[in-house]
Amino acid sequence: MNLADVKKGVEAIVVDVIDAYDQDPIARRLRELGFVAGEPIKVVARGLFGGNPLVVQVGTTRFALRKKEAQRVHIQAEFVK
Amino acid sequence: MTANLRIALVGNPNCGKTALFNLLTGSNQKVANYAGVTVERKEGVFHTSDGNLLHFLDLPGAYSLEATSPDEAVTRDVLKGQYRGEPEPDVLVCVADATNLRLHLRFVLELIALGRPMVLALNMMDAARKHGIDIDTEVLAKELGIPVVETIAINKDGANKLVDKLNQRGWDAASTQAESLSLEQRHQRVRLLMEKAVTITGIKKTLDDKIDAIVLHPVLGLVVLAVLMFFIFQAVFSWAEPVMDLITNGITDLGSWVTSPLPKDSALFSLLNDGIFAGLGNVLVFLPQILILFFFIITLEESGYLPRAAYLLDRMMFRAGLTGRAFIPLLSSFACAIPGIMAARTISDPRDRLTTILVAPLMTCSARLPVYTLLIAAFIPKQSVAGTFNLQGIVLFCLYFAGIISALLVAYVMKWLRRDKREHALLMELPSYRIPHLRDLAYGLLQRAKMFLKRVGGIIFSLTVILWVLCTFPGAPVGATEPAINYSFAGVLGHWLSYVFEPVGFNWQICIALVPGMAAREVAVSALGTVYAMSGTEDMVANQLGHVIASTWSLGTALSLLAWYVFAPQCISTLAVIRRETNSWKVMAVSLVYLFALAYLASMATYHITEWLL
Repeated sequence: MNLADVKKGVEAIVVDVIDAYDQDPIARRLRELGFVAGEPIKVVARGLFGGNPLVVQVGTTRFALRKKEAQRVHIQAEFVK
Repeated sequence: MTANLRIALVGNPNCGKTALFNLLTGSNQKVANYAGVTVERKEGVFHTSDGNLLHFLDLPGAYSLEATSPDEAVTRDVLKGQYRGEPEPDVLVCVADATNLRLHLRFVLELIALGRPMVLALNMMDAARKHGIDIDTEVLAKELGIPVVETIAINKDGANKLVDKLNQRGWDAASTQAESLSLEQRHQRVRLLMEKAVTITGIKKTLDDKIDAIVLHPVLGLVVLAVLMFFIFQAVFSWAEPVMDLITNGITDLGSWVTSPLPKDSALFSLLNDGIFAGLGNVLVFLPQILILFFFIITLEESGYLPRAAYLLDRMMFRAGLTGRAFIPLLSSFACAIPGIMAARTISDPRDRLTTILVAPLMTCSARLPVYTLLIAAFIPKQSVAGTFNLQGIVLFCLYFAGIISALLVAYVMKWLRRDKREHALLMELPSYRIPHLRDLAYGLLQRAKMFLKRVGGIIFSLTVILWVLCTFPGAPVGATEPAINYSFAGVLGHWLSYVFEPVGFNWQICIALVPGMAAREVAVSALGTVYAMSGTEDMVANQLGHVIASTWSLGTALSLLAWYVFAPQCISTLAVIRRETNSWKVMAVSLVYLFALAYLASMATYHITEWLL
C-alpha cells in the first residue's frame, strides 16, 4: 500500500520510500524530510477528485505533495477511522 | 581590541531565521543579490558594547546540503567556502525551530559534519513550551558537542545571550562528530537525541488542525482563498486612493514652488515642470498601492498561509503547465513583475521556474493602471450594468482577467511544445500558523519602498529627462506651421513607427508614447501628455488628456491600445530581470518576441473587430 491510497485522517507507518527511477531526487528529498521507515504519518487533506495533491503530516511537520510523489512512499495503515 | 566576526545564519526554511536576523541587526541591513544569481543576500551588522563588529549573513533556508533549488545551492556553496566573492564565514549559527526539532535536527547534524565552528540557536522556545515540548538544552549541547542557546525570535533576551556567546568566542567545532553519517544513520541519531533531550507532554497543534480543516478543504478552502484575494484587490485600490491624491497634490505644490522663480518659456522651466515633476509624480503615486499589496503578501507569507494557497491551486495550475508554487510569484507580479520573477527562485523544478518567469509579465502590474484608468475614463461610459455593476469596473476586471487567462494559455502551450514527460515535484512544507510580527512586516515594507524609490530615482528619472530632450530638440524651424514636437527627434521617430502600428489603429502620438513606455509603462501617460503639447502634473494631464483623446481617437484605437497593454513587454527592467534570473539572453529574447507578437495580434484583432462592429 502506498501513501496515495490512504484516506483522510488515517494514520499509518512508513515502510519504505522507493526510487521511481535511478538516482531519484524526489525520493531522496522525501527521505531527507523525514519519510523514513518506522515514522508515523497522517493524511491531513486530500484534493477533491482522486485526492491529488494531498497534505501529509510527519512528526509535527506538514507537507503538500502530488499523488505521483506520494506513490513512492510505501506504508502500513495502522487503523482506519 | 576590536574584532570583526563574520557569522552565517543557517537553517531550515521557516525556522524563524530571518526574524532573528531582523532582531539582531535592526535597520543596519543591506539587501543585495549574490553575484550572478538573484538569490537575496542579506547582511547586517551588530555593534557589541565592547566595540566588536559582528557581521551577520542571512543565508537562504535549506533542508539539506544536497541542494535541489538555486537558493539551496547558494547556501551550500557559501557554507563550504566555495562561493566566489563570498569569504568563508568564521562561525555558523545554526537556527532550529524548537517546535519542529525532529525535522530541523537532521540538517543540524549535516552541518555539524562540516566540522566548522558552530553555535545552535534553538528558536521559538516560547512556542515550544506552550505546545508542551520540553527541551533539555544542556543534554542537547552535550550530545551534539556544540553550544546551544535558547532564543525567541521576537524577544531581545535570547538574542543577547546569542550575541554574548559569539562575542566571547564561545563556540565549538564538534570535531568528534565530524564523521559524515548516512541519511539513515542521521535519522537514527535524531531519534536518539529526541529521546534523550526532549519530552513532549502537552497536546500538539490543535489550532493548526482546526484552521487547516477549513483552509485546506477542497471547497471551503477555495472559497476562503477567493474571498481573501477579492479583499486584497479591493484594499489595494480603495485604501491607496486618499494617499495617492495626497502625493499628487504634494508633488504639484512642490513643482510649482520650485519652478515659480523661473521664466515660463525657459527650457529649464519646461524640463523641471513637464519633465521631472510630471514624470516622477506619475510614478511615485504608485508607492501606496505597492506597499499595501506587499503588506498583504508579507502578512500572508509570515502567517504560513501562502503555501496552503499554493496547495489548493496546484491541481489547476499543474493542468495549465505550471505548479501551485507559482502562485506566490504570480501574486507578487500584480504589484510588479520584478519581485514576482525574483520570487520564482523558490520553485525548485527548473522547467516550472522558467514557465513562471515567462508568464509573470502577463499579470497586470500596477504600472499598467494609469494607462487603463486614462483610457477607461475617456472611452467607457459611466453606466451601470444590471443595476449593480459599474461598466468601467467591469472593463477593468476584464483586463485583469485577460492577463490571467492568457498566462494559463501560454503556460499550456509551453507545456505542449515541450512534450517533456519527466516528473515535476510539488513537495512543499506547510509551516505552522504564526501571527506575523510587526517588526518583520515593517522591515519588509521598508525594503520594498527603498527598492521602488531607487528605481524612481534611477531609471525612471533618467528616462523622463531623455524623453523631454527628444521631444524638445531640435526645435521647430522658422515659419513652421505644425506643433514643435512634429519636428523633434521623438516626432520623427513616432511618424516612422506609425507605419508599423497603422494596422493596429495607433496614431503617431501613441507611437511616440510607446517608446519611453518601454522603460516603464506608466511613463506612457505622461508621454502622451507631453506629445499632445501639454504640461502639468499627472492629474491635470490625465484629465485634459482624457478629453483630447476622447475627441480625437476612435473607440477602436482606444480598445486596441488597452489590448496592447495587456500583453506588451513594455518594461526594460522586467526584461533585464528575466535575463539575470535565467542567465540567458535567449529566454529574454523569447519572452520579448512572444509578448510583442501577442500584443500586436491582440491589438489588431481588437481594432478591426471594433471598427467592423461600429
